Amino acid sequence: MKCAELLAVLNEYVDGTVDPGLCAEFEKHMAGCNPCQVVVDNIRQTITLYKEGQAYELPVSFRERLHATLRERWKQTHPHGPPAVG
Amino acid sequence: MSCESARPLPKSGTRHEGMTPAIPDMTDSELVQLAKSGEVAAFEALTIRHEQRVYSLALRMLRQPQDAEDATQQTFLSALEHLAGFRGDASFSTWLLGIATHAALKIIRKRQGLDVVSLDEATEPSETFDNIPHPEYIADWSQSPAELAHQNEVRGLLDAALAQLDEKHRLVFLLRDVEGLSVKETAQALGLSEANTKVRLLRARLQLREQLTRSLGDPQRRLERGHLHV
Repeated sequence: MKCAELLAVLNEYVDGTVDPGLCAEFEKHMAGCNPCQVVVDNIRQTITLYKEGQAYELPVSFRERLHATLRERWKQTHPHGPPAVG
Repeated sequence: MSCESARPLPKSGTRHEGMTPAIPDMTDSELVQLAKSGEVAAFEALTIRHEQRVYSLALRMLRQPQDAEDATQQTFLSALEHLAGFRGDASFSTWLLGIATHAALKIIRKRQGLDVVSLDEATEPSETFDNIPHPEYIADWSQSPAELAHQNEVRGLLDAALAQLDEKHRLVFLLRDVEGLSVKETAQALGLSEANTKVRLLRARLQLREQLTRSLGDPQRRLERGHLHV
């Protein structure tokens, strides 16, 4: 397997879904190719960094408006349902 | 990760055991059932549990706070109206993120003056693994993701790198890698084939890696490409 061929299975390797035969070839190549090792590490770090990134807070005024809108719509669609809590 | 330990990433959403848990302790599935029976508090609990995630996804997709608010509100209104039809084939969060994606795509298409919702492959040729840009700047990062994750300047860097991606690549990356949807779920949410989704994901990952490594890579540990990447 050459460096360029790694690209075609890079997603599956990083996601842990690669075919075992291809996986062994992938790792054999990486064992002798430091740049490819670093690229794979970088991609894993990139995904981890985005995944662990903080979520955005809803603006307080929007959050209040959203909940009020949903309560109102709920009342319209559930006219005989249990009373709202809170 | 070795080949032996290779496995798909786990999905979120473990069930709690218990007789009659209080609403805050209920699983999403339990809350959905309760909401379906007409209990507004259960739907409110689902909203509170997922609103930040939906808003964050919408904001990252649309990059305009007002548009993100519109998409978020539309998402929960739609969820409220279609809850009875939610069968639980996928998790509630996956279902909700699908609705949010649809709402965001609608806004994107409106911006573009188009009256279609999906990223229609009929109007865009499928991408292939040919001509994928090869990595250029290769260097170990000077800090771990855990150390970097909560630095304000890094957050700005992540947002800037994401903003530079083509929209079609950014949306795939957000759903698959940030939200943790499977390739199949991502493809369904965006109206793409799985093959096209995989190529777009690879392009997104490589481009983000390239940009982040130019900022976060240790120049002292930069590797020159001593061999041809062919």
